[in-house]
Parts: sequence; C-alpha cells; structure tokens
Amino acid sequence: MKINILTKGLLKENAVFVLLLGMCPTLGTTTSAINGMGMGLATTFVLVMSNLVVSLVKDFIPDKVRIPAFIVIIASFVTVVELSMQAFLPDLFAVLGLFIPLIVVNCIILGRAEAFASKNNPFDSILDGLGMGLGFTLALTILGALREILGNGSIFDFKFIGAESNGMIIFVLAPGAFLVLGYLIAIVNKINK
Amino acid sequence: MASKKESTFGNMVVVLFVISLISATTLGFVYELTKTPIQKAQLKKQELAIAEVVPPFDNNPMKEAETVKLSNGGELTFFPARKNNELVGVAVKTYSESGFSGRIDIMVGFKPDGTIINTSVLEHKETPGLGDKMSKTKSKWSEQFNDKDPKVYKVKVTKDGGNVDAITASTISSRAFCQAVDLAYAEFMKKYKK
Repeated sequence: MKINILTKGLLKENAVFVLLLGMCPTLGTTTSAINGMGMGLATTFVLVMSNLVVSLVKDFIPDKVRIPAFIVIIASFVTVVELSMQAFLPDLFAVLGLFIPLIVVNCIILGRAEAFASKNNPFDSILDGLGMGLGFTLALTILGALREILGNGSIFDFKFIGAESNGMIIFVLAPGAFLVLGYLIAIVNKINK
Repeated sequence: MASKKESTFGNMVVVLFVISLISATTLGFVYELTKTPIQKAQLKKQELAIAEVVPPFDNNPMKEAETVKLSNGGELTFFPARKNNELVGVAVKTYSESGFSGRIDIMVGFKPDGTIINTSVLEHKETPGLGDKMSKTKSKWSEQFNDKDPKVYKVKVTKDGGNVDAITASTISSRAFCQAVDLAYAEFMKKYKK
C-alpha cells in the first residue's frame, strides 16, 4: 500500500483543501498560476528533503528538542533553495523571491516532519513528502489559475482579454483569495464524500 | 537503529549543537558556491536595463558609473553611455521608498538634453495584477514617459496636477514611479546641466 502514501496527499488529505494547512503562502502567493506553481514546487522540494533528513535523524533527537531541531533543518533547506534559485534561476527568483523565506513557516512542512517523518522510514517519508508537496502544488496552481483568469484575464501570463483592460481586480487581491479558496474547498469536500 | 535518545540536558545540548553546526557549515558552503553566480546575475540584469534605456553605445557604462549620495541617505547611480566618445545618453538608477509595498528600483535613460528616453523597472514588490503593471512585461503603461521632457512634462500623476495617467487602481504605485523618475531628472540636471 505504498502507493497510498503518495496519492493521499493529492486529494484525500490535500494539505490546502482538506487539512487547511499552510494558509499564509496559499493565500499570499497565488495571485497568478505561475506564482502558485513555483511556490508549490519549491515547497515540494523542501518538504521531500526535510522529510528525508528528519526520518534519518529521528532516533538521535531527544523528544523535548525535536521541534527546534526540525525547524533548523527546514530553515537550512529553505535557505539553500533561496540561494540556488537566486544564482541559477534569477527570472523565477524575481517572481518568487519574496515568498521563499515564507516556506520556513509553512506548517505543512513542520506538520509532516512531526506527524509522519519522525515515525516512519526514509523511503515512506520521501513518498509522503512528494505526495503532500504535489498536492500542495496542484492546489496552489488551481487557485492561482482561477484568480488569474478572473482577476487579470490571463492564464500563465497569456492574456486573453485586451492588453489594457482589467479583470475583476478583487480576485487578485486578498479577499479574492478567500472567495476562490472557499468555493474550491466546497467542491473538494463534495468529491471526497 | 539506536533506541531513542533520552531528553537529558546533555543530550539536548549536544544534539542541537551538532544540528546547528551541520546546518551552518552547509549554508556557508552553499553561500560561497552561489556568491559569484548571484552577483553575475545581478550585474547582467543591470547591464540589460542600461542597454534598454539609452541609445546604442560603444563604451562600458558600468565602468564609468558614478554614484551620487543624497542628503536623505539614499543614492543614485549614473551610467554614462558614449558613442565615439560623445555622450549619447545617461542611464540613471533611481528609486522610491513610497511604493505600495516598499522600495521600487528603476532605471531611467535621459538624452543629454534631459529628455526621457526609456524606463525600466529593476525591482519592485507591488501588487501583482495592479501595481506591477509598471513593468514593461505586464503593460505598456510606462511607455507614456518615453520622449517626454520633464521641463515641460510634469512627472506627476494627474490627480496631483501632473501629466501622467496613473495605472488604474494603483495611484500609489504610479506616484512612487513618478517620484523616482522626477528624482532622477533633478539629479541628472544638477550633474550634467550646470
């Protein structure tokens, strides 16, 4: 049933739509499809790496200091991602740079380290990280795409309304994030029932 | 696998110390590794922005760059572009602190007589879909500055009595953009028109 570990993060235990974790990056970064996707992929990378490391070192970490230890591990990976992106993918960094440090405080990552990786073997932990990460990416991309279509009249920066006309701007702003997320959660709840 | 470590004081100190040490070493290593590529990427960006806002040149404006300190602690950088030793334009790296979400860095190109040639946004944190229309990749808004002489063209949004049409629903971002261009113009005139 290894495949279950991978797929449960996509829909059944989707971090955003079902567990409602990581709302800050979810609402903050999904102003366009590409932003949501970039944030999701960066988070997936950190999630997989931190899950792997946490499951490897779990036996050496005394219980009382496990949270600070996990946070240091996660923060290190985030900084590595930030620096590498800045060096080798400056264009993507220009878009996402602001949000990368936010990954540290994303409770999905700490949540998975605590709830899964610290109790399971490295292989399962990687699968869990990958599944959760891809589910997160999927959620952020859908959310970003809908907000971009409604708010800006474009998708993945491809504009399908007149160049100088505006969409319904509210969807690009913070309230729109809540509106779209609410409807998406309702739909996912219906599917999961 | 070893059994779980006890939460004794000694164990906790040692474990946290080792983890921090490993993290710090890794980060130091990655920082060294990425330092040069990051600098290169930033220089490249600046170079492209200069080429975008001044006419073709055959000198190296980055080498002749001059920095001017302002009384409020900020600084502007001038990149003179020459062709056959004649000044064809100056790219000015300017900024404004009053963007909707903080600092905006802009490169503005001036002809030797002070006319704006072109502008290019280097860095901003404005709202996506609204204030970010100031970058050329998002909308044509900033083209209205091109070929305007700030002597007669008031670089202020129409709400403040100027000639610049603000971005719809982003007056603050537009205002900050104008402020940056205006600052660049003022300093340019001080430096090149004595």
